[in-house]
Amino acid sequence: MSADGQERRLLDVRGLTVRFPTPDGVVQAVSDVSFALSRGETLGVVGESGSGKSVSNLAIMGLLNRARTTIAGEVMFKGRNLLTLPPDQLRKVRGKEIAMVFQDPFASLHPMYRVGAQIAEAVTAHEDVDKDRAWGRAVELLDRVGIPNAPSRARDYPHQFSGGMRQRAMIAMALVHNPDILICDEPTTALDVTVQAQILELIEDVKREFDIGVILVTHDLGVIAETANSVMVMYAGRIMEYGPAAEVFGRPQHPYAWGLLDSMPTIDRRLAALVPIEGSPPSLLTPPSGCPFHPRCPYRFEPCPTERPPLQAPVAEAHLDACHLPWEKKVELGSQRAKKVAAGAAA
Amino acid sequence: MILYIARRLVWTIVVVFCVIGITYIVFYKLPAGNPALRFAGHSPTQAELTEIEHRLGLDRPWYVQFGKFAYHFFVGDKYGWPGLGYTFASGASVKSLIFARAPRTLLLIAGAAVLWLFSGVAIGVISAVRRRSIVDRAAMGFALFGISTPVFWLGLMMLYIFWSRLGWTAGTGYVSPANSPTSFFSHMILPWITLALLYAAFYARMTRNNLLETLGEDYIRTARAKGLSERSVIFKHGLRASLTPIVTMFGMDVALLVGGAVITESVFNLQGLGYLAINSALNQDLPIVAGVVLLAAVAVALANLVVDILYAFIDPRVRYA
Repeated sequence: MSADGQERRLLDVRGLTVRFPTPDGVVQAVSDVSFALSRGETLGVVGESGSGKSVSNLAIMGLLNRARTTIAGEVMFKGRNLLTLPPDQLRKVRGKEIAMVFQDPFASLHPMYRVGAQIAEAVTAHEDVDKDRAWGRAVELLDRVGIPNAPSRARDYPHQFSGGMRQRAMIAMALVHNPDILICDEPTTALDVTVQAQILELIEDVKREFDIGVILVTHDLGVIAETANSVMVMYAGRIMEYGPAAEVFGRPQHPYAWGLLDSMPTIDRRLAALVPIEGSPPSLLTPPSGCPFHPRCPYRFEPCPTERPPLQAPVAEAHLDACHLPWEKKVELGSQRAKKVAAGAAA
Repeated sequence: MILYIARRLVWTIVVVFCVIGITYIVFYKLPAGNPALRFAGHSPTQAELTEIEHRLGLDRPWYVQFGKFAYHFFVGDKYGWPGLGYTFASGASVKSLIFARAPRTLLLIAGAAVLWLFSGVAIGVISAVRRRSIVDRAAMGFALFGISTPVFWLGLMMLYIFWSRLGWTAGTGYVSPANSPTSFFSHMILPWITLALLYAAFYARMTRNNLLETLGEDYIRTARAKGLSERSVIFKHGLRASLTPIVTMFGMDVALLVGGAVITESVFNLQGLGYLAINSALNQDLPIVAGVVLLAAVAVALANLVVDILYAFIDPRVRYA
């Protein structure tokens, strides 16, 4: 890591573990998750529902009820560990230095307050300005995120906005204080496909313009492929594979990542060529022993059910994965897979 | 909006007269004995009875009497407008009787409503915020007590403790605030608390449940993500959204009490509207019953209208729908 790289480093997450006690036992939603984020970087986090993507981010934002969750590990941001920061100081980070855009724009805005007022409220939460100035800033930001006729639309209530416009408003709200990090938790899942592309483009624009780091959580690999610089594949609360986007998509190393990629429909792949991953995600109440993916993995062998594979680079030129398969085997299976994909595309 | 309100007011009148029509049908069709007997003195002759029946109009079918009632209501009678007729028992004006009794009931309701609304909502909020704490359990225990305690028993206990034993308050009866504000207050405080307790318990439970549900909404998470203080999150974002059902219930509860605070009125001998209606029903004095029913029905209908209008102010989604 160069000195410049260190300087641009924003977030260092180490060994993040989140447990929820429930009447049926302890649910370990996130296990030993470590990653880093720099300015100008978009980190894509993918995985099925319940893989711990959202919970990790809520933990970083301090939005999990501390009384009812056990959170271990470290979230280092500007020299402070966010996990141990007192609530009132954490509140000053939230929405100011780290902002978040949520999945469902239909439910994420308060139905009874004007859109402009909700954004202005984000302004006054961290800045001592009068209402008119805050409102002016709200209008300015709505205009920036592409709401036409922003001065009058700011007076609208959320139900008068379309889904895409609401998500734009959420992004405007997140940008109020020029945050360092923007966490987008499935920002396009609830939107029409045409609108999805616009929102992703807006997030990219914003990232470049404000030089911030973006964490983009999604279960849509297409979204990640378009925008992410690095990719983290999660399964059952653990990182399965983590590396630069070009590498993870070009030379995926983990059987789960292969499964995800092969089950993703693309323009040039016919439905018949899609290969679903057999089985369903494991219960986090009683997670499988060893590698959490082993019950569904077609390549499992002797150590998988008993030994948990560490997240490491199998060889120097590879990126991180958590899989027992020997490197030669991964290369062999990977090239077979690549041929099949090419054949599927040609058919 | 004005058209909407006008339309609702016309409907209100229709509804109120349907209710009174039903009151007349019930009165005449239920075999409760001849009302004329009650006002005819000891061992009346058939001729006397017929004479009284004719004087009270009881010899005409119910719809004729109901028609006369409606007619007098709109054009007025010898006591002015709106004409509510005169009582069977004494021939006195029903309107002046109701006007004399109404302030007692209305002041009882007003004081109790303020008490239960503020205490109920406050307890509910504390319970929801400190969920599963000692405070929450104590508050919900109180709610259970309030909901399951019969008003007549509670009223008597209050009187026994605070009037008879401690002597902190005045006892039963009613003193007009115009005569003596302090005595009025001293007489009303126990009825207020008694009546408010049941409702406060309901409102505390409802506020707690609504607020807990609201606090689980995505927009509450957004509010926290903005970095708002917890107080702002709960009061500005949480409570605002939880208030809609409370406003609805408050309107209906207050209106229903206009004719329905009978037990409290009886225990504390306040001689309000509910008490008047019950006594008149027992005495088969139809005009008084009809008058009180009219007032109660108007109260319910108006409360509905007010709640609907308030809704539009609370929830913008209603305004534009």
